[in-house]
Parts: sequence; C-alpha cells; structure tokens
Amino acid sequence: MNLLGKLDWNAIPLHEPIIMGATAFMVVVVLVVLGFVTAKGAWPYLWREWLTSVDHKRIGAMYCILALVMMLRGFSDAIMIRAQQALAAGGAQGYLPPEHFNQIFSAHGTIMILFMAMPFVVGLMNFAVPLQLGVRDVAFPTLNSVSFWLTASGALLVNISLAVGEFSKAGWWGYPPLSELQYSPGVGVDYYLWSLQISGIGTLLAGINFVTTILKLRAPGMSYMRMPVFCWTALAANLLIVAAFPVLTATLAMLALDRYLGFHFFTLEGQGNQMLYSNLFWVWGHPEVYILILPAFGVFSEVMATFSGKPLFGYRSMVAATMTICVLSFLVWLHHFFTMGASANVNGFFGVMSMIIALPTGAKIFNWLFTMYGGRVRFSVPVLWSIGFMVTFVIGGMTGVLMAVPPADFQLHNSVFLVAHFHNVAIGGVVFGVMAGYNYWFPKAFGFKLDERWGRASFWCWLVGFYVAFMPLYVLGLMGMTRRMQHYDDRSWQPWLIAAALGTAIILVGVVCQIVQLVVSIRRREELRDETGDPWNGRTLEWATTSPPPAWNFAFQPKVVGLDAFWSSKGRALEARNDPAPTRAYEPIEMPKNSATGFVTAFFAVVIGFALIWHIWWLAGVGMFGAFLTLLAFSFRRHNEIEVPAEEIARFARVHQAGAAA
Amino acid sequence: MRYGLLAVLLTVVMMLGGCTEGVLDPKGPIALAERQILFNALGIMLAIVIPVILATLGFAFWFRASNERARYRPDFTYSGRLELLVWSIPAMTVLLVGGVAWIGSHDLDPGRPINSTVKPVNVQVVSLDWKWLFIYPDEGIASVNKLVVPVDTPVSFELTSSSVMNSFFVPQLGSQIYTMSGMATRLHLQADHLGTYPGISAMFSGDGFPDMRFTVDAVTDGGFAQWVRQARETGSALDKQTYADLVKPSKAVAPFTYRGVAPDLFGSIVNTAMGTHESHRDSALSVCSTSQRAER
Repeated sequence: MNLLGKLDWNAIPLHEPIIMGATAFMVVVVLVVLGFVTAKGAWPYLWREWLTSVDHKRIGAMYCILALVMMLRGFSDAIMIRAQQALAAGGAQGYLPPEHFNQIFSAHGTIMILFMAMPFVVGLMNFAVPLQLGVRDVAFPTLNSVSFWLTASGALLVNISLAVGEFSKAGWWGYPPLSELQYSPGVGVDYYLWSLQISGIGTLLAGINFVTTILKLRAPGMSYMRMPVFCWTALAANLLIVAAFPVLTATLAMLALDRYLGFHFFTLEGQGNQMLYSNLFWVWGHPEVYILILPAFGVFSEVMATFSGKPLFGYRSMVAATMTICVLSFLVWLHHFFTMGASANVNGFFGVMSMIIALPTGAKIFNWLFTMYGGRVRFSVPVLWSIGFMVTFVIGGMTGVLMAVPPADFQLHNSVFLVAHFHNVAIGGVVFGVMAGYNYWFPKAFGFKLDERWGRASFWCWLVGFYVAFMPLYVLGLMGMTRRMQHYDDRSWQPWLIAAALGTAIILVGVVCQIVQLVVSIRRREELRDETGDPWNGRTLEWATTSPPPAWNFAFQPKVVGLDAFWSSKGRALEARNDPAPTRAYEPIEMPKNSATGFVTAFFAVVIGFALIWHIWWLAGVGMFGAFLTLLAFSFRRHNEIEVPAEEIARFARVHQAGAAA
Repeated sequence: MRYGLLAVLLTVVMMLGGCTEGVLDPKGPIALAERQILFNALGIMLAIVIPVILATLGFAFWFRASNERARYRPDFTYSGRLELLVWSIPAMTVLLVGGVAWIGSHDLDPGRPINSTVKPVNVQVVSLDWKWLFIYPDEGIASVNKLVVPVDTPVSFELTSSSVMNSFFVPQLGSQIYTMSGMATRLHLQADHLGTYPGISAMFSGDGFPDMRFTVDAVTDGGFAQWVRQARETGSALDKQTYADLVKPSKAVAPFTYRGVAPDLFGSIVNTAMGTHESHRDSALSVCSTSQRAER
C-alpha cells in the first residue's frame, strides 16, 4: 500500500514550461509576502488582528482581498484563453495543447464565479450589512470566520492544482459523463469537487449567518421597511444561498460517490442519468447568478441615492422587485438546456418564466433612472461604475431575454454569443457592482479614500475593454462559433478574436490601474484621509460612525426613526450618530472574543481536501480528526466575550473628535 | 422607426461578419424561422433598450451637480403614476416577447415533423469520440463526418451518443439538439438550397472536441440517389466489429462511408449504453418528454 495514495513526482508537470513558470511566479509572490511579513515582525499582529479576528469588518476585508487575488489568477486564465483563440486559426494549433487549454477555461469559470465574484460579494455584505443595520457584529461571529477560512481553503486547493496534478478539464459545470471517472480519470475533477465542496459549505454557513443577522439583529426602530436596500438585497441573496447551496453540495456529493465508490448516479452504465446532473446543477446555478447580482443591485441603489443627493426612488418597489427576483430565480433553471429535447410546453414555460425576471429587473433600472432625476449627481468613481453598469447591463439583459426565447436559443446555445451574454451581465453587473462597492466603502473600511484619478482611469479601461472584448463575441456567435474551441478552421473568425484579445489587453490596463490606484492611495493616505466618517454625504448608518469604525462599530446603539436613518438625522440635526454629548455616559461593551477556530478548521479542511483528491486515506482521517478536535475545543471554550471598558470607548471617542475637529 | 434602427444594426453586423455560414445566413425553413424570431424579439426589445440607454446618459448629464439650470428635487422619491409606468413598460415587453417564445417553442419544437408533401429522409446520428456517425436506415448505408441530404426534403433525425454529451448543430439549417447516451432525441431539419454547410458539436466533449466537425451536402434528388449508390459499392459494412473499431477515440477523421449497416444498430447503441439487463429498459428514465429511448 502506498502511503501517498496517487501522489508521486509525476504529479508535478515539470515538462510544461508555461505551468511551471506560473507556479514559480506564484511561489515567488507567496515567499515575498511571507518574507515581508517576517521581516516586519508582523506575524503576531497579523495573527491577533486579522487571522483570528471575528470582527465582521476585518473578515469582510479579507474576503475582498481574497477576491482581488483570485481575480488576478482568473484574469490570467482569461488572457491565455483569448491569446490562444487569437492565434489558433486555420491549421494553427496556438501555443496551448487541448489538455492545457481545457483546464484553463474550466479554471477560469470556476475561479471567477466561486472564488472571485462570490467572496467579493460576501465580503461587501460582511463589511456593510451590520454597519447599515446599526449593530455591533453578525449573529455568529466565530462562524463567520469559519466561513471565510473555508472559502479561502477552496481557493487554495484550486491554486495547488496548478502545481500539483491538474485541474478539471470538464468545464466549470463538470457535466457528466465527461466528468466521470471513465472520461476524466485524473485528479482534475477531484480538485474541482473538493474545492467547491469545502468553499460551498463555507458559503452556506455565511448564508445562515446573514439571514439570522438581518432577521434578528437590527438597531431599535429599524423595521423591515426601514432597512437600506443593500440589506434587502443581502437578505434575498442569503436566502438564496441557504436554499440553493445544499443542492450544489448534494449534487457534487453524488458525483463524488460515482467517482470514489462506484455509484451510478450519472454514469453511462448502471442506469445513471446524466440529465439529472444538468437539472440539479442549474437548480443551484441559476439562483447563484442572482446571489451575485442582487447585492450588486444593492450597491448601485446605495451609490445612486447617495451621489444623487436624494433618496432612492420607489424604495418599496425596489424591495418588491428584489424579493420577486429572489423567488423567481428558482423557476428558470431549465433555460440552461433548452436543447436537451424537452417538450414545447416545458421549454415555453421556462422561457416565459425567464423573461418574467426581466420585469422586476427592468423596474429597478427605471427606479435608478428616476433616482438621478431631480438629483445632483456627483461623478465620483462609484457613480461612474454605476452608470457604466446601467448602460451595459441593459444590453446584457436584452441578449439574455433573446436567448430565453427557446427557438432563438436553439441557434445560440453554447455559442460565443452566450459567452458574450453572460460576461455582459457578469462583468457589466457583478464586477462593476463590486468595484462600485469597493470604491464606495473603502474609506469607511480603512479611513482614507481611494485615489479618484486612477479610479477613473481603471473604470474607463474596464468599460472600453469590455466592449472591445465581448462585442466581437456576439458577432462570432451569430457566425456559428461555439465556445471552448482550442482551435478553429474558419479564418474569417480570426480578426474578431484578435479584436477580443485586444479588448482583454485594455481590461488588463484597467486592472493595472486598479493596483496602481491602491498603491498610490496607500502612499497618499494622509491627504486622502477621511476625518469625518462621512466622506460621501451618506444616507445610511455606516456613515454615522468613524472611518474606520472601532471594533464595536457604534459607541451607542443608534435609534432608527425612518428610512435613510443617518440622512434624516443629519437633516433634523438630531443625534443618531455617536452621540458626543458629554452628558451621556459611555458604557462597557461586550464584544466576541477572537478565535483561531476558523483558521485551524480551514487548515484541516485543506488537509482533508488534498488527501481525498490524492486518495491518501490516512491523511484524510487525520484531517477529519483534527477538524473534529477543533470543534470540540471551541465548544468547551469558557469565555466567549470580552468586555471593552467604558474608558477605552470614551478615549476612542475623544481621539476621534479631536481628529474631526482638526 | 425601430425596425429602421434594427435594419441598420443588423446590416452592419452582417457586413462586418461577412455574412458567411452563420445563423444569419439560413439555408432552410427552420433556420429561417429562427432568424425571424431572433429579429422580432430583438426589435421589440431595442424599442425599449435604446431609449433607456439614452435616458440614462441624458439624466446623468443633465442632473450633474454642476448644472445650475437643473432643478434639484430631493423629495421626488415616489410617484404612483411613474411606478405604474415603470412596471408596465417591461411587462408589455415581456408579454410580447413571451408570446413570441411560447408560440415559437411550439412551432419550432425540434421533435415536430416538418410539414411537407415530400417523404422525409430518416437519419440516425451517433456522436462518437470525436466524430459523427450518420446511419441511413432506409438506404442501409452509413457515413462518418459527412451528411448528405436531398434538397427540399425534410430530414428526420434520431440522435444518440456513444459516450459523452454532444450537441448536433448545423447553424445554417437551424436548431441544435443534445446527443446523450442511453436515449434518443429527435430533430427535424430541411435544406432549401443546394450547397455545403458546416456542422459542429456545440457541446464541449473533451480533447478532440474542436475537430468534431462534419459537412452537410445538400444535393439534388438525383445526386442523393447517386451518392447512396456509390456508398453501397465502396468501403466495408458497419457491423459489431467495425463499429467497435469506429468507437475508439480519434480526432479529425476524414469523411468515409459504409456500404451496409447491421439491422437496428442504432437501437442497440442506445440500449447498450443503458446496460444489458432487460429490466432496466422499463424503468422511467426521461425528465424530458421527447427524449424517448428507442423502442426495440
């Protein structure tokens, strides 16, 4: 018996210069970061203040950092795909052989959806929701940390697959029978399975946490119809997470049983049914789309209202639209496979249902329009992203409804027209949304604004790059080009694909601008510092506290008397913000204690995942045991909270006011 | 007019696209009808999408903070009439496009035979790793990576897969449909013009996927009869043995034909994939009503 299961030196693709180059780069970056932290002697700080933190703001920031890092990884894949397709015309094979190309597009999809968009959206919710609700933390702070670290574990496994073994070659949906052992005997699909399983559990826990927080922990006076729209969209997204992610977990578990224990859920033999997987996958997959886009809608709503200097138009209608989308998103999954041969009635029903989702979405677009109407729109970076979104998203929505017409889908399904469509809504909707949110909440999180000039440059590059990269794909889709082609015969496609590659290069400039923006802003942080806590003239409670907020968020729990709580308090010159009046005595605050539970659990999760991928059964056992012990240790913890003394709160308030006065 | 705009847009697209071999250059009734649906749905939606884009840019520009002529109305946060409008504009669009979708999915249901006085040609399609097998059960021949059909004649397809999922697609003739092992899907197409049209697999199926192409030759009745005659005289016969050879994975296979085909080979391919036990055949399988398993 082999102690290392299937793992041996052959697992490291030493003969592949591209993979080894990427691996070397990754290793160097990691070593530089670790070396820097060590040289600065920052390990204790990092451990105390970040790795074991259960503060929702810190966890939110870490989610966003993870997302940004994974965006670089997923974007490198995108560049490689576009470069390959720009080259491989006619008889040419490009520079990537099929087995490598197929891994790249599979990894690109998996990473961008689950390890870029998801953590970014969850990170923004983590940061903003408790602040907007006027509370001190989420319902289950330690669980929150576990959620984050499990997501990071999944991301780590995906990155390990680059150096050790391979990633899935079966696309990001992993449709069987292609993803079954018979057609994918390598470890690629196993990497896909276990990284999704581990991060999926993290996401599910986050969903439970947020639904509980929003339903049970709101500042006094904040009734449902006084919640900021971002909280509503977060509620909808997390309800969807709670309802949809178990389906993904179960589906992937079935595929894992097929691959590991010879079950026949989706295999060719033994009565397996591949169509079942498609249905189950998209029963999760379509709500997932709305899990990502709804919080983005929430960001746009906040940004539009704040920067137009007036309340969101049609708040009730926005809430209704959000919840309608939340419910309808479970009734449309079949539109991902109209071409499977379902009857006309089934196809027609799901086609019409898919279009009905355009109704609340359309209403939202109009409401944002009328939010600007009669406003005073300040063109800061978040607004640019929002207006860019509105223009781009309606185009993506239109091509989406187009493909919801089954006979049109019979022609466009799986073509690069589809690829253009979902990038149109994913980039134009989700990415623009998280970028707006990133620029909007950054000063709140770190106490200084992001540089506007580089932010603008980044926006324009992304916007122009997006159009140059994806409009050609719409044309190519109509010309009959299908997706995932490692090479193609028709030379008339090549100019379009070169244009698309050029667009990707423009986006690359945008990404570089973003990095520069961050670096420049950190260097100029003293000039960009926000002393007021309210840099944008905000409307919701997160702007009522300092930037960055103290661990306890609010020295006094805000009392909410209406919609746009902070704005109304400013208008009436009432004191909903940290009441600085000396007559009010500060009281000690109980805060959740830091915990290494999340980090340690995630460590064991990586061990379990890696061991299962490589069939190292004893190690998997060790990992399970370790995770169990961690849970046990946490359950026996005697003190869950620490008390922040009143003097410390008073001291913080004094310093903050001195800052504000200066 | 909205159709004017649409025409301009599509002309540009077609000029740029060279108008070759895509879904905008249909050569049969199904593809033609689908293109019409594409245009209609697009036209209906552009009528609302273009004004929305213009309004977004216009509002953002006019209500910029530095514009002193714009009236600041911070209390304009609700209007019942506007709400009604806001919900009814998309509702009417959805109603129209929804109608197009519902009627279209029935008229162009892949399983629905094409109305024609001409007797259809039957073709059984098997996707293999990574090539296409076309069996002509009535003619008793088979062809790999080349589909020959008489023009103006409906073609009735039964499709399955020997291994992973693929999608049979001839963009210029219309509707694609999945091929899945253990079951047969149905499709009806027709070519109205003589010519050669590219066909592809539109569902990623592994390493050989990009080369999984075939051509469709739409020929005259006489040409078809001649091709069948030729096929009957050349090559080997497709039986259990030769089929086992054919199943082995191969890429970019040049077209060739078989002079004969073992009786009901297609049915046995469908059923082999389902396992050999008799009892398996009776269990309810399909979540899709037209994906019937071949009856033996």
